Amino acid sequence: MSALRPLPRWADVVLLPLLNLLLAFIVSGLVVLGIGHNPFTAIWAIVTGAFGNGYNIGYTLYYATNFVFAGLAVAVAAHGGLFNIGGNGQAYVAGLGVILVALALQDTHWLLIAPVAILAAAAFGGFWAFIPGWLQAKRGSHVVITTIMFNFIASALMIYMLNRVLKPAGVSGPESAMIAEAGRMPKLGQFFAPFNYTPVNFSIFLAIAALVGVYVLVWHTRFGYALRVMGQNPTAARYAGISNSRMIMLTMTLSGALAGMVAFNEVLGVQNRLVLDFVADAGFVGIAVALMGRNHPVGIALAALLFGALYQGGNELQYVISGLDRTVVVIIQALVILFTGAMEGLFRPGLQHTLMLFSPEQKAEAIERETVKSES
Amino acid sequence: MSGDEANTPQRPETAAASAPANGWAIELEKINKRFGAVHANKDIDLKVARGTIHGIVGENGAGKSTLMSILYGFYTADSGTIRVNGQPADITDSRHALALGIGMVHQHFMLVDNFSVLENVVLGAEDSGFLRSSLDRARQELDRLEREYELEGDPDAVIEDISVGQQQRVEILKALYRGAETLILDEPTGVLTPKEADDLFRVLETLRDQGKTVILITHKLREIMAITDNVSVMRQGEMVATLKTAETSPEQLAELMVGRRVLLRVEKGPASPGETLLAVDNLVVADDMGVVRVKDVSFAVRAGEIVGIAGVSGNGQSELLEAITGMRDQKSGSVLLGGREMHLRGDDGAARARAAGLAHVPEDRQRMGLVTGFMEWENAILGYSDSPEYGRGPLLDIAAAKAKAARQIETFDVRPADIMLKTSLFSGGNQQKIVLAREMDRDPDVLVVGQPTRGVDIGAIEFIHNQIIKMRDAGKAILLVSVELDEIRSLSDRILVMFDGAIVGEADPATATEGELGLMMAGINGREAAE
Amino acid sequence: MDIQMLLSLLDATIRLSTPLLLACLAGLYSERSGVFDIGLEGKMLMAAFAAGAVAAMTGSAWAGLLAALAISIMTALLQGAAAISLRGNQLIAGVAINMLAAGLTTFLGQQWFRQGGRTPQLSGEGRFGAIELPFAREIGQIPLIGPIYQELISGHYILVYVAFLAVPVTAYVLYRTRFGLRLRAVGENPKAVDTAGISVVRLRYQAVLITGLLCGFAGAYFSIAQGSGFGNNMTAGKGFIALAALIFAKWKPVPAMFTCLLFGFLDALQIRLQGARFGGIEIPVQAIQALPYVLTVVLLAGFIGKAVGPKAGGVPYTKER
Repeated sequence: MSALRPLPRWADVVLLPLLNLLLAFIVSGLVVLGIGHNPFTAIWAIVTGAFGNGYNIGYTLYYATNFVFAGLAVAVAAHGGLFNIGGNGQAYVAGLGVILVALALQDTHWLLIAPVAILAAAAFGGFWAFIPGWLQAKRGSHVVITTIMFNFIASALMIYMLNRVLKPAGVSGPESAMIAEAGRMPKLGQFFAPFNYTPVNFSIFLAIAALVGVYVLVWHTRFGYALRVMGQNPTAARYAGISNSRMIMLTMTLSGALAGMVAFNEVLGVQNRLVLDFVADAGFVGIAVALMGRNHPVGIALAALLFGALYQGGNELQYVISGLDRTVVVIIQALVILFTGAMEGLFRPGLQHTLMLFSPEQKAEAIERETVKSES
Repeated sequence: MSGDEANTPQRPETAAASAPANGWAIELEKINKRFGAVHANKDIDLKVARGTIHGIVGENGAGKSTLMSILYGFYTADSGTIRVNGQPADITDSRHALALGIGMVHQHFMLVDNFSVLENVVLGAEDSGFLRSSLDRARQELDRLEREYELEGDPDAVIEDISVGQQQRVEILKALYRGAETLILDEPTGVLTPKEADDLFRVLETLRDQGKTVILITHKLREIMAITDNVSVMRQGEMVATLKTAETSPEQLAELMVGRRVLLRVEKGPASPGETLLAVDNLVVADDMGVVRVKDVSFAVRAGEIVGIAGVSGNGQSELLEAITGMRDQKSGSVLLGGREMHLRGDDGAARARAAGLAHVPEDRQRMGLVTGFMEWENAILGYSDSPEYGRGPLLDIAAAKAKAARQIETFDVRPADIMLKTSLFSGGNQQKIVLAREMDRDPDVLVVGQPTRGVDIGAIEFIHNQIIKMRDAGKAILLVSVELDEIRSLSDRILVMFDGAIVGEADPATATEGELGLMMAGINGREAAE
Repeated sequence: MDIQMLLSLLDATIRLSTPLLLACLAGLYSERSGVFDIGLEGKMLMAAFAAGAVAAMTGSAWAGLLAALAISIMTALLQGAAAISLRGNQLIAGVAINMLAAGLTTFLGQQWFRQGGRTPQLSGEGRFGAIELPFAREIGQIPLIGPIYQELISGHYILVYVAFLAVPVTAYVLYRTRFGLRLRAVGENPKAVDTAGISVVRLRYQAVLITGLLCGFAGAYFSIAQGSGFGNNMTAGKGFIALAALIFAKWKPVPAMFTCLLFGFLDALQIRLQGARFGGIEIPVQAIQALPYVLTVVLLAGFIGKAVGPKAGGVPYTKER
């Protein structure tokens, strides 16, 4: 009998992710221990490395910015029942849009370039996601496989573009021309001394705006309503007159557009040019962020911050404990995805049973609900 | 049998009480099965003689499938005994049932579509790790079985290439290959053409003549009369009668099936129908697998009247409802609302139907009519989220939606009256009320309702019925589809009976008897009965 | 292009398609049983690391191979547990495994060998050497067939022969054994298998086990046959190409072999085509690199025939009562 009362909201949103995170930390801690290092020292090193001073916090925020965009991209698609793991490719191709705009408007003030660049990033990234979306909606091709393929195609495309098209004469490495000083987005360090020499820039405001925007979109617009209906019950969507195929295409495009904002941050705000693999796997971290944040902007913001801290703290780890470096963070991240996404079945029933122990009527009610079905 | 009092079931010992020549193949004694509050099988006694075709008839919810599932090991009875060939048996799973010689031909075939007939037959009954010898032996055995029971077929044909009737034969062959002596068939002719059904009957008779025992579950009386030796009637979880087929008639069976229950009479004034608001012309609809389920149906519903479509589920009602409400593309034919033809094709056909003034209370509220993970107020706008009253431009006016939801909950007395509660936590009856409130609140011209009181408690049933009558009196056109004959009879102003995808008859609820309706629902119309 | 260049190209094709073939066949078992597997990359990486590490520590390539098999099977079982028993999302499980492998292998590599994530250089017994088939030199004298035998067929690592042998073995298992019949059935209609009295869960675990085994061979190939030690991320996306090949081959063993040869050929080609021109236009090497992926997408879109996978793929099985 699997009659279980659904978890109360607080347990679902807060307790489960924390338990998953805890387990991920414990397992990683065991790995660290197995290597012969003290996991608690490692954790402390990560914490101070992330928040210890202005420089560290700046870097943490910079990472978090990218993770917010990537997490939102995955979350928006997830609300519609779609698993977009093409964030990497979408962000990468979006970089093309950003650099083209920036170079075309070379020597213009960044305040003018930025909006156009955002649109370009959204368009390019959105397009890269639209194709798999179209394939799913109209041809039934599984969006997971196609987005994986498109990640690789993007990589090949961008290497070509960087080596052959965008590389200015006289430059040896695969990168584009630099964006002029005027066009670069200001770094926060210019206004707030503790953040000096860190890459965190004005795109963080866009990230915050995106968080708010996605919240409004998913829970306060008709589109968001239709999105959630489709994600939870495509048959009910059909009943309600919602066009599943149109929603799939729109959602994927939006998702890709959000992923594209990573390019906006990196190209216009940090690197000031297009370089190879500037995405640095942010797309996959976005999956972890979305899973941990339960696809909700508040959760995503927190999870992005968490992973940003892990990344930055992980970078600092090698200076504190010789022999450890940020790959520990990759392991933690992978475990988070494993426990949160794939092994939900570990905790949920246990929690449900425990919580039900406190209320026999709930249990009886649940059993009745499970079994009073029409019988032939 | 017309002199019988209501609620006096025939004693099961009436027919075939003495031990038959070949003994009993199956004996079920005092079988009981509950699912939560539902008592699906109440003290069922059933004796099936070996070497006979034994039919089990009953309406939806009578408990036939549950009983057979117990016999086949899918469920375990709460109490009672089973005897197979005289020996007591405790059947725990289907493997055990197979070992006892009981084989089942399911309604939905358990076949692997891209395997051949031979491979499907052999699956799970292979002799060894290496397939060659198993396939060779199976081929020979299959050949023998096919000859013996006149089940011709090509063992190398692939399942997805052969007809439904042939696929069913493969299911039968599977059971025979495993040495089944007793075959249970659950509504086997639902997916067959009339000719294929006749072929099936021929096979069943051959099986019987060869000494096998066949249990046939069906709601179609024509089949019962045509090939069964004995027939048991179930109604509302009880075994009502077991008779020798030769000693009974379709009318008697129909009455036993439907029974004379105390009707939940609804206060209903006479109807004063106006103009036609919903018209269906020569509608042909196929299901997801391309099988035609609605065969050239035409009818009209006028303002201020309730047209009820009676029939056992599975006769095309679902597809009909889906086509009318825009959820499924029709193959041909048209649907007209207010005299204008509706173009309901495409993903979003339902939106256009709604825009034209149609509201839809679906048959399956959990699968179609609600998003159970949503809060109550979120379901109150399902299907209407694009309406101007719920927002301006792209934004949703949540306050307006919540206000509307609160009003709906109050009007329809939904409990608990909490618009923020997750919909899955409401009881079935209250969930249904949520759906009804939403659809009725739109003040539609046409209301299409499917199974309005399925899984709903008594108190809510009366309320829901009254609401439907109120809408009728307000001049709406209401199309009601239900497998509950009571409901149809007490609510409808006109009754149409649907069988096998077609409207086989029309009846006036004031004058039609259960017997007449039962016959039509079971596929025997006046013409046939007169033969 | 003369005959020697052609032979060298084909030789490279065989060498490059071997890991693809092994991974592709690995994925075949899983996916045929209804368990989507996008974690081939991760399993291969774990196996490559295990092979490289153990071979370096013991000096024996065979020990490395065994370690690779063991690790890969364990990883596959972990992924399987998430997908089968815990009925989680199979795709997320695959993504997680890939990430975990990337992190864990670099981490342990750095910890144990302190060479920036690499394992020590292997030599001698530490890696597999080319095997010369009997009479290679003698037959090699015969014109035309000789060089083919000597260059193309003889002189490969043992894992190459294992890979190509695995093709007829897989075909046999899949179509001529009871296990293969049930495996194919459970990926199409697990209910049919369940009602026939066969355990769906057990079948799927068996499939996942074989997947782990074959990924183990594939991974070992990278570090102790083709390469001489484990390097960071040395599988470089081959696991996804193998997945693409599987889909392209419509989940059948012999087409899988040809597809992997094709993709291997493309890989060998793009290395040699750097800077080559066709009719005055320089072919971007990246176009050839992207070709396997593009072809797969085109196939998935149904433009060159349909790629219909096992019907029950990706859906955890629950007994309905």
